[in-house]
Amino acid sequence: MSDKALPVVEYLKLPEEGEPYLEGHQCSLCGAVFVGSRTHCSRCGGRDCMKATRLSNNGKLYSYSIVHRSFPGIDVPYVSAIVDLDGGGTVKGNLVDVEPDPNGIEFDMPVEVFFGDALGRRDSDGNSYIAFFFRPVSESH
Amino acid sequence: MDAYIIGVDMIKFGRFPEKSVPQLGSEAALLALDDCGLAVQDMQALYCGNLNQASGMVGQRILQQIGQTGIPVVNVSNACATGATAFREAWASVKAELYDVVLAVGVEQMGRGLLGGGGGRGISKEGLLGSGTMPSVFAEAGLEHTRQYGTTFEQFAKVSVKNHHHSTMNPKAMYQIETPLETVMNSEMISYPNTKLMCSVNVDGAAAAVIASEQKTRELGLISRAVKVRASVLTSDPWQERDLVMPDVNTCTRKAASAAYEMAGLGPEDIDLVELHDCFATAEILHYENLGLCNDGDAGRIIDEGEVELGGRVPVNVSGGLLSKGHPLGATGIANIYEVSTHLRGEAGSRQVEGAKIGLTHVIGLGSACGIHVLEGAAA
Ligand SMILES: [Zn+2]
Repeated sequence: MSDKALPVVEYLKLPEEGEPYLEGHQCSLCGAVFVGSRTHCSRCGGRDCMKATRLSNNGKLYSYSIVHRSFPGIDVPYVSAIVDLDGGGTVKGNLVDVEPDPNGIEFDMPVEVFFGDALGRRDSDGNSYIAFFFRPVSESH
Repeated sequence: MDAYIIGVDMIKFGRFPEKSVPQLGSEAALLALDDCGLAVQDMQALYCGNLNQASGMVGQRILQQIGQTGIPVVNVSNACATGATAFREAWASVKAELYDVVLAVGVEQMGRGLLGGGGGRGISKEGLLGSGTMPSVFAEAGLEHTRQYGTTFEQFAKVSVKNHHHSTMNPKAMYQIETPLETVMNSEMISYPNTKLMCSVNVDGAAAAVIASEQKTRELGLISRAVKVRASVLTSDPWQERDLVMPDVNTCTRKAASAAYEMAGLGPEDIDLVELHDCFATAEILHYENLGLCNDGDAGRIIDEGEVELGGRVPVNVSGGLLSKGHPLGATGIANIYEVSTHLRGEAGSRQVEGAKIGLTHVIGLGSACGIHVLEGAAA
């Protein structure tokens, strides 16, 4: 068991110093941004052309669903959100601090990424994890 | 040289835990053989589609039930496009003149419950990084249409009302029950905007087709009931910027549809009926536009105005669709070919699309694969 919390996905980076962030890779030939690591570009077919890039913590809600039935042990309802990050990269995560009701959720509403414990979930070795979430930000920020 | 469907059938979809996958596949294979009066000894190759036992040599195990003739067997797995892919491989072998009469089978035995969202290392990501369940994935694809065109929950729900109504006329569908709009909208919410009645039914099922060259079809005296394969197209998913979190069922369908219309030498205005991949009610709305059945942005209007109902301009999923006929993954792509063929032969009983000459079948396998077939009834 690790003495520190682990990242929930490979593309969530936990630097020794500084804040957690999401990492993407950008193609140096065509500019496509991918979430996570890769070697080649599936947009243009370029080889060995990917550069690591730090993804923005700000973005806009592209689409979503409101999950009312899930697997046993998972709290419902919750909002599953697809967010286009500013500068490229699209990620899916839970949108919190909103009512799980379509009347209160607007397409393109600005949201920010924040990081925190993975809802208390631990793996079979007892490790805890850090996850990322979205929450609305007011336009004035 | 054109290829023709000379025999095609499906078993009634349902739940058959007492039967094995090869038994279910064998039942459909024998029905298709009987439909054209041929025997397993007449088949020169077998193309078998199955997903959940993809490494289990299902095709050979079917022949071990109905006749081990030593013919080549190809086992195919391609998500929910598995059956269509098996059919297409069979068609291609006839077009290439490797064989002049072959068998394609699609078969699946399903568990119950939610599909998707499991697996991976570490801890479960379900409900932590959004949802990976199929109802949610297709809810998110549906709400993408809402953001573009304002499509409503009620319009999505109407798809399910229509398909359940159609299935009351299909004795081979899992269900034959009417589900009025209030019933659909008030059934258990699974992932907004998909309620339980807007999710396809997990069932066991099998379907099969015998495909022959034109010359063989004529030699056998079967041309008058034969169905010509005017186009067979398979695509995978081109790159899209949201691919990694949002499987794109639209682009691969549009690409397949335009290739299919070109191969068939016709357009969407020539299509008399469509069986498309309504794995969720939200998905059907997207595919009206993806298949060119209406202009972009008009999908909500055509469900409101009844254009896609039996008796309408272009009836969609008169079998009941995956929503009510059921969705046995590997069998679905051949079952929809059975449905369209049955109409083109004028043998669909009370749900017959009158005067149907040309029909289209469509399936999507997430990950992704799209299979489209354009079929034409015999000139008679
Ligand atoms: Zn590139």
